[in-house]
Amino acid sequence: MNWETVIGLEVHVQLATKTKIFSAASTSFGAEPNTQACAIDLAMPGTLPVLNEQAVHYAIMFGLAINAEIGKVSVFERKNYFYPDLPKGYQTTQLEKPIVGRGEVAIQLADGSTKSIRIHHAHLEEDAGKSIHEGDLPHGSSGVDLNRAGTPLIEIVSEPDMRNIEEAVAFAKKLHSIVTSIGICDGKMSQGSMRFDVNVSVRPMGSTTLGTRTETKNLNSYKFMEEAIEKEVERQIDLIEDGGTVKQETRLYNGDTKVAKAMRSKEEANDYRYFPCPDLLPVIVSDDTIEKLRRALPELPDARQARFVEQYALSTYDAGILSSDANTANFFESVAANASNPKMAANWTMGELSAALNHADLSITESPVSAELLAGMILRIADNSISGKMAKQVFEAMWQGEGNADEIIEAKGLKQVSDNAALEKMVSDVLEANPAMVEDFIASDENKRKKKLGGFMGQIMKASKGQANPQQVNQILLQKLNELL
Amino acid sequence: MHNYTIAELVKGLQSKKFSSVELTQHFLSRINRFNDQYNAVITVTADQALQAAHLADQRLAFGSAPALCGVPLLHKDIFCTKGVRTSCGSKMLDNFIPPYNATVVENFEQAGVVMLGKTNMDEFAMGSSNETSFYGPVKNPWATDCVPGGSSGGSAAAVAGRLAPGATATDTGGSIRQPAALCGISGLKPTYGRVSRWGMVAFASSLDQAGPMARTAEDCALLLNCMASFDDKDSTCVDVEIPDYSASLNKPVKGLRIGVPKEYFSEGLHPGTEEAVKKALADLEAQGAELVEISLPNSSLSVPAYYVIAPAEASANLSRFDGVKYGYRCENPKDLQDMYCRTRSEGFGEEVQRRILIGTYCLSAGYYDAYYGKAQQVRQLIEQDFVEAFAKVDLIVGPTCPSPAFKFGSKGDDPVAMYLEDIYTIATNLAGLPGMSVPCGMVEGKPVGLQIIGNYFDEARMLNVAHQFQQVTDWHRLMPKGIS
Repeated sequence: MNWETVIGLEVHVQLATKTKIFSAASTSFGAEPNTQACAIDLAMPGTLPVLNEQAVHYAIMFGLAINAEIGKVSVFERKNYFYPDLPKGYQTTQLEKPIVGRGEVAIQLADGSTKSIRIHHAHLEEDAGKSIHEGDLPHGSSGVDLNRAGTPLIEIVSEPDMRNIEEAVAFAKKLHSIVTSIGICDGKMSQGSMRFDVNVSVRPMGSTTLGTRTETKNLNSYKFMEEAIEKEVERQIDLIEDGGTVKQETRLYNGDTKVAKAMRSKEEANDYRYFPCPDLLPVIVSDDTIEKLRRALPELPDARQARFVEQYALSTYDAGILSSDANTANFFESVAANASNPKMAANWTMGELSAALNHADLSITESPVSAELLAGMILRIADNSISGKMAKQVFEAMWQGEGNADEIIEAKGLKQVSDNAALEKMVSDVLEANPAMVEDFIASDENKRKKKLGGFMGQIMKASKGQANPQQVNQILLQKLNELL
Repeated sequence: MHNYTIAELVKGLQSKKFSSVELTQHFLSRINRFNDQYNAVITVTADQALQAAHLADQRLAFGSAPALCGVPLLHKDIFCTKGVRTSCGSKMLDNFIPPYNATVVENFEQAGVVMLGKTNMDEFAMGSSNETSFYGPVKNPWATDCVPGGSSGGSAAAVAGRLAPGATATDTGGSIRQPAALCGISGLKPTYGRVSRWGMVAFASSLDQAGPMARTAEDCALLLNCMASFDDKDSTCVDVEIPDYSASLNKPVKGLRIGVPKEYFSEGLHPGTEEAVKKALADLEAQGAELVEISLPNSSLSVPAYYVIAPAEASANLSRFDGVKYGYRCENPKDLQDMYCRTRSEGFGEEVQRRILIGTYCLSAGYYDAYYGKAQQVRQLIEQDFVEAFAKVDLIVGPTCPSPAFKFGSKGDDPVAMYLEDIYTIATNLAGLPGMSVPCGMVEGKPVGLQIIGNYFDEARMLNVAHQFQQVTDWHRLMPKGIS
């Protein structure tokens, strides 16, 4: 039988506020455990939450970015369960009246088509702390780090509109692109700034009723998400084809060990006993506030992509890559402007730079090669001072912090030789020094000659210490060899 | 010195008749001598108090001290006090020392008020007799075999027993007014949102409100002037102008329309209490007030609605006491589940556990609509009753509680009988209205309380009427036996 996969996502996005959603403690990542948890975050008796206005504004901005209804009156509720990293014994979240209502997100697929994924709602809530099970702890005990407790989140809940892994990943990436573009999230997946819960079910192709779904929680990379969905779809199909049924359950996937397992069944699920939080008033959002936020909303990725195609004559594909997050887009635009060469700016940003950043696990804002440095180097390529090959050396040196392009070209003596007379002499010298190669070349047929040309090029470039302008050398070489034929 | 009212103490301090240090020493020595009889104070902060008194004296000498500077007070042990144990009457917090002050405590500290210590209370403010305290019951100074009421029984008994001229208290369903009535003192629960809840250990967040206890309405006004503040640390605090509550005390009551709810004079009201309250109403009428019979038709629903809403909120509020971060933790837990279970079974008393269970049940899937949802609807009906009543009258007056102080253990086996103690006080908490109790008679040698319920933020008028009542009556001047 043919099976259709149905996927829905719940995406937790940490909002890039300076302070927590209900306290003045810092939200910055990576501090010593429990140094960013105040009395409110520790749920000390008598402490009370005060809502962070910025978090509300960020949530509204997300709603506006996906054309959603904005909840003019939204209500915080308490979701009750016991866990050591949940200091109050309840999570303050929204249920019946979320801040963001129905909306939609368009995704682009590899075949060039687009698809609209419906958003059921998005709500504001607080993050929990972290339980620590390893490290310097007494035997048999676990630690709790409450630095993350109270970090503002929006949880974005999609409809089950995705039909395969590609769509799910495209949707996740698009959300990443939107929230980073409007500046409400730093987008650092490795730090947990975006986390995915994946709801997966399968059904016979053509069926219109949904199968029983499972939820795999807390995936923090696209790769793990792909793997988890793939495994889960396979598991469900095998199960059904073997005569079994899928049980509604919550599952965990360990990206390191590649092992998925059931965490709890529907029957074991907590009764969260939601009720409106009496410590917080309903959040009333005025039309005025919504309009102000709408006007101040930064350029969205789709609009930016269209602009890049138009303004810089990039392909839709390249424009899509460069516009997907605000930092990359800004970097590219800065390089393009400084170098007056959008095509090269695009190629270097997406190529060499992107590869180096990936390799070093750095974000573009942490790049050792700034937009100005990269643009400076592109200017030297464009004016033929250096070849593309030399540029790679220059880039490497800039990455290592050895200075700007001009300084490096100077220091390494990388100046490209483009003087015709000098180059002609270099070519003649190499031809004279290698009579056997020349004879071999003459004796070869057309196809083999093309290959043998490389041998001469190598010799000449070596003789010029790599500084000869390769295009010119190529031209001169062909001319001289043709004269010999 | 201990028979002076706060108003008199303020005059004495400012005219240098006595110093704050002398006053503080006097009350500390009274606590030292008499607290064994009442068990009203569970933490005495003598050194800190004397230091604060010394500072207050310096401020007084300088001449620009705030009104209450140098006056000693006791705080209910529900208010967090920086560096001083705040137990909330529970084993769970027996070792808890907050690193911050409640806003109420802070307001008094800023005003130069001297904290003598912390008063006993029903565990987590859950009780009407002070029998649920981890530190043992408080005894009523009028009859030490009787309860002082609760949950602010320690504060009420301390004021009645002259261990302090005034005390802070909190009221979720009657916890200021009922003990004030049973101990023959004055106590006021302000409008919800008038006084900050920051640093006040939460019982039922939508009902909890702090207020003053003292011997007279005039003193309550002085204390409320300091307690009431808009606080951006409490999102439910209301930013409404705070009047000088002392300024309007002397307005005549003539022409005031006083509503007398017929539902407050029905079955279950002790005849002695009824007689005293009716006499008090006659006194007010004699002063020129107009008595108007009114109806609060949904009154009978207030106790059941309250015992759904308050436990529901409490069940979540008390989840933080899990042994993980502070407070009591059981010995040698086997695992996480064991730690949670034993910590909470050992750390909480029976009544607290009962209410957590009731609240958890009311919020559970399948029961929410029938209990919590319904109770919220009832809450709106009760609010509506008051809105309609206040369209016709300026104040509502009736008994504070059905009968005078009862004997220890007499209601211990019957939680519902105990819950009915608050039958006249609970509705105002549900509606968020202010209420107060002043002494209005004696039955069987024990005080009777008159309840005055005001419209939202109308505390000044309540205090005015209470003060005028105290100008023509002496009930607030009576002293329990053994106090000279």
